[in-house]
Amino acid sequence: MLLTITTTYSPATELGYLLHKHPNKVQTFPLTFGQAHVFYPEATAARCTAALLLSVDPVGLVRGKTRGDGLVDQYVNDRPYTASSFLSVAIAQVFGTALAGHCKARPELVEQRLPLEATIAVVPSQGGTPLIRSLFEPLGYTVSATSYSLDEQFPQWGDSPYYTVRLSATLPLYQLLNHLYVLIPVLDNDKHYYVGDDEVAKLLRHGDGWLEFHPERQLIAKRYLKRSRHLTTIALSRLVPENVDEEPSSLTPENQVPSLHEQRLMMVVEELKKHESHRVLDLGCGEGRLLRYLLKDPSFKEVVGLDVSHPALARAQERLHLDRLPSHLDGKVTLLHGSLTYRDRRLEGFDAAALVEVIEHLDLSRIPAFERVVFEFARPKVVVVTTPNAEYNRLYPSLPQGAMRHKDHRFEWTRQQFADWAQKVARRFGYAVRIDGLGPQDPTVGSPSQMGVFTQHVG
Amino acid sequence: MLAKIPELSLVLLIGASGSGKSSFAREHFLPTEVLSSDACRAMVSDDEANQSATGDAFDILHYIAGKRLARGRLTVIDATNVQPEARRSLIALARQHHVLVTAIVLNLPEQVCIDRNIGRADRQFGRHVIQKQIRQLKASLSKLRREGMHQVIILSSEDEIAAFHWTRQPLWNNKSDDHGPFDIIGDVHGCFDELHALVEKLGYHVLQDSTGTYQIRHPESRKLVFLGDLVDRGPKITDVLRFVMDAVDSGTALCVPGNHEWKLLRQLKGIPVTVSHGLQETLDQLARKDNAFRERTKKFFGRLVSHYVLDGGRLVVAHAGLPASMHGRGSAKVREFALYGETTGETDEFGLPIRYNWAADYRGSATVVYGHTPIPRPEWLNHTINIDTGCVFGGRLTALRYPENELVDEAARRVYTDPIRPLNFHPVSQLSAQQVHDDVLDIADIAGKRRVQTNLMGTVTVPEENSAAALEVLSRFAADPKWLIYLPPTMSPAETSQESNTLEHPMEAFSYFQHQGVAEVICEQKHMGSRAVIIVCRDGRVATRRFGVQENSLGIVYTRTGRHFFENPDMEQAVLDRVRMASETAGLFERLQSDWLLFDAEIMPWSLKAQDLLQRQYAAVGRAAHIGLAAALDTLTQAARRGLDTADLISQITSQQTHAEQFIAAYRHYVWPVGSLNDLKIAPFHLLASEGKVHMDRDHLWHLAQLQSLTAADSALMMSTPMLRVLVDKPGSIEAGVAWWENITAAGFEGMVVKPQPFVARNSGGKLIQPAIKVRGREYLRIIYGPDYTAKENLDRLRHRALAAKRASALREFALGLEGLQRFVAGEPLHRVHECVLAVLALESQPIDPRL
Repeated sequence: MLLTITTTYSPATELGYLLHKHPNKVQTFPLTFGQAHVFYPEATAARCTAALLLSVDPVGLVRGKTRGDGLVDQYVNDRPYTASSFLSVAIAQVFGTALAGHCKARPELVEQRLPLEATIAVVPSQGGTPLIRSLFEPLGYTVSATSYSLDEQFPQWGDSPYYTVRLSATLPLYQLLNHLYVLIPVLDNDKHYYVGDDEVAKLLRHGDGWLEFHPERQLIAKRYLKRSRHLTTIALSRLVPENVDEEPSSLTPENQVPSLHEQRLMMVVEELKKHESHRVLDLGCGEGRLLRYLLKDPSFKEVVGLDVSHPALARAQERLHLDRLPSHLDGKVTLLHGSLTYRDRRLEGFDAAALVEVIEHLDLSRIPAFERVVFEFARPKVVVVTTPNAEYNRLYPSLPQGAMRHKDHRFEWTRQQFADWAQKVARRFGYAVRIDGLGPQDPTVGSPSQMGVFTQHVG
Repeated sequence: MLAKIPELSLVLLIGASGSGKSSFAREHFLPTEVLSSDACRAMVSDDEANQSATGDAFDILHYIAGKRLARGRLTVIDATNVQPEARRSLIALARQHHVLVTAIVLNLPEQVCIDRNIGRADRQFGRHVIQKQIRQLKASLSKLRREGMHQVIILSSEDEIAAFHWTRQPLWNNKSDDHGPFDIIGDVHGCFDELHALVEKLGYHVLQDSTGTYQIRHPESRKLVFLGDLVDRGPKITDVLRFVMDAVDSGTALCVPGNHEWKLLRQLKGIPVTVSHGLQETLDQLARKDNAFRERTKKFFGRLVSHYVLDGGRLVVAHAGLPASMHGRGSAKVREFALYGETTGETDEFGLPIRYNWAADYRGSATVVYGHTPIPRPEWLNHTINIDTGCVFGGRLTALRYPENELVDEAARRVYTDPIRPLNFHPVSQLSAQQVHDDVLDIADIAGKRRVQTNLMGTVTVPEENSAAALEVLSRFAADPKWLIYLPPTMSPAETSQESNTLEHPMEAFSYFQHQGVAEVICEQKHMGSRAVIIVCRDGRVATRRFGVQENSLGIVYTRTGRHFFENPDMEQAVLDRVRMASETAGLFERLQSDWLLFDAEIMPWSLKAQDLLQRQYAAVGRAAHIGLAAALDTLTQAARRGLDTADLISQITSQQTHAEQFIAAYRHYVWPVGSLNDLKIAPFHLLASEGKVHMDRDHLWHLAQLQSLTAADSALMMSTPMLRVLVDKPGSIEAGVAWWENITAAGFEGMVVKPQPFVARNSGGKLIQPAIKVRGREYLRIIYGPDYTAKENLDRLRHRALAAKRASALREFALGLEGLQRFVAGEPLHRVHECVLAVLALESQPIDPRL
């Protein structure tokens, strides 16, 4: 991992004083994750370049940790070769004085604007060249970014996420260092190996004077402070490595219309109340967003939330404060770990069941089992099912043609497909069904989401 | 006196304070059999005389008693029990568990109790308390029988108490010691001709002596078991009665009563009954017999026991079936169930009661054979089978041979009675009753902490959190559980090599097997692809018939986590069709007499399934290294030209560059584009199962030979697995093994797998040993341990690998995988197979170094 800083200030070798590193020495500094080497590939009065080369110990990185999560802590790791939060740590340790804006030998140069060029040999950018530009150009840099193919033997794989980035500007050296310190981890956006409680303070200190004016300050803060994934997803990710990234992309339609889900939940609650359902199931309750409404509303007396994900249930338990509810609500909500493709006798005898945006997460081939589990075995008097309306997807500009709204969706149905399915299920299991749109109505493609309300035939 | 107390009963001691109940209990019963109210008072309040704790004390006493009775343990209640309401709740508890109640009354004179009480240091009751208890006891004596006690023993003096002793009486229904073998016959209903023919077909010699008494013998001493409903409706009821009574009396047969016998018995006893459902036929035929025959019949029926538990508890017979909680129990409710079954309270379109399908909920391990409801053909469901095939209605008379579980039947000569509901009214499904039932599995059968019994390793325990993770994966990603009959086990690498310039070397694998007493091992080339389980059916009907899968399918190809290997179903079916044709050409279906085969295989290229991983991790790291190291070298060289001493850094970076290029070369071996089927390579290495067989008794040479014929039949799609036999105690052979490994890894293959020659191998101590050990090549390990792992300072640290957990998992998963298959081929209910599959996945979710 290599960072070079070049100046053409005259005399250029003043850079040595500013960095507190002699241009004619090769110096090595121990770091917790390896070593930092500082040397000058060129040092003339006209042009001087300081190089910071890091040797990261990939074995030490993994073995030092008590319990790795098995996927991020790989020996096969780009960390030894690319700029990341390690580089920030090295800058702070090796160029700490310069970073803080101190220089005893040349105090007058500290605030002086110098012609500087920084080259980062390899940095991953999860957002390509536009991200690199949007981070550095507002700070006055001229940016050049070179991209690379992933593997020239397999051109169909496209480009790698790596760039060689050259930044040039005229500014005080400590500002350049602070910019690099904060923005390199933001570009990388990978797991930070050293995220401590003092990271917020660090961000404020190193961002002083510029971050508050930066147009991308929200993104910068969010990514800089990114935490390692919750440990609870680990058992799952071991089994299904392809499913590691649980974090939905910020561009999904669901996020663009933040109120849609809330609207959906309120309509479902209204529907349940209309049928005077007192004992209700929230099947696929996830982290408990519907449960929160059901818990608060006194017309519901007994509520059971079921989900297949243990971590999601743990979060629901936490969010709803189930272990410290006031006594009149104590015991009202029960969380169960279970699955909608297995018969579950704990679900029998309820007034109603809600399945909010759940069925599209099941493989189509498992839907018949699901139908029997809910409509034949659990058999509540009322079943409310909501699912996306695929026709509406074309109104989401960010969604590519034919793509689904969430990468775990196994299918998304048109209004006709949903209606056909709902009618078939109702006929087979002795229910009547009514179908409604959820959310704003478009004259041609309908609503973003659709709801089927199944009511059991009496007798 | 010598009392006989049923071995499974609730014994109530009844007596006033000071009557000596506790001493009596101590003397005659095991300490664990006795539940004392005083002890329970002490448990909840630290004071056994604390009367305010009585309520709580009885709560726990009832709770413990309930648990004991549910487990079938004799339980003695040491409390005064002088009040009817105290006894009532205990009797109700016994009824709930279908257990008989015996009362033992210590009916001592008042003065004795009072004197004893005075002598007790810990407790002083007033005289009036004891007097009151004795009054209550005396008032109870005459009522005990009516309260529901099966037996009342009253001991009225200290001498009688001293003379008391007892023996445990097995219940009438307990014939665990009778191991048969049995031929169990369904509802006969007077169809004597068919019965006679069937019994002879079963190999019995039937003779009648001069008095007309039947003498029935089987050359292999088999026994007949009649499931009741011998009488009514049919033409030769008294012949059937004579035959069965003679067989039972001579010890060649057992018989349990049916509801028709029960009604007839009441009629014979003079209790008024409605004469219907063919009873008139019996009465007419009996009227033609002499009185002695009628008396014999009455006596015979009076002695019949509701059900039998046979063959060490492995077999239960009852007319209408019996849930597991009632096996070996005796109560009116058990008898009711055995005779009539239970109904749901609803009726069908013929006005007949809809029966509660107890067999669907049955999870017992005993086989239950029953009759009562005529059905077109007998079908297994959760280890139960109804063999009443409606002979009297023109169906068949069916026998089940046990333990062979073979059905033998005899067609009805004609329709003797028209059934209310036609015999085959319900359309015969393409699926078996078990398959229909298994359409949806019950979570209670598989979730939570599991203790799975395996043939190979005994009990394997699965922690709850791992079972939960496995349930999530199965629910969200896996194929239909009906296909998932096996998941492959993980495989441990060889012990870490301490000498060579890599981490794994064949010597460690050879020496492992040598230490375990294995002389010959098979080295198989390890293919670098993705693990796949392939189930191939001879045609679409087999998928339905054998696997209960409704869609017309040739089988499935699934991953080690139970997910469809191919996202595109057409691709999957195309692959299966090729494998099917190759199996046909190779004659595998014929040779194994099977319509389906299960292969354990590797499918190449790795990039097919691991594209994302390859690009995101391997190619990316290779690329980053390539650019980053070149830039570093360039800068260092520049500095060197200035006269700076960067020689050490330059040599360090240069060697990293070499490693990075080797790393890139390593992963590129396992990548090629797949446009169509022809770009795939399938390398099967086990032929694990076929109809009725798990081929774990065949050695690896057999497996490879079968697969050789398969791959030869379609070498465009399939490749065989190169192998070498090595004798691990012959230095020359070992050397050849090492050289072989060096050659294949130098050619860019992943490495090899060393297996003991038998599929399932044990050491001299009888312990299961690793079924396979992988020895991966030096270059392959670069993509596991990183480009620079071969640098000395890295190797030295990496040599500290902990293999124990991996090896333990490998063994457990191996045992579980084969267990699931064995259960499947034995036709067990799907939840029993699924339990094993889920357990393998659960063990895979345990935290084990993923690089091993």
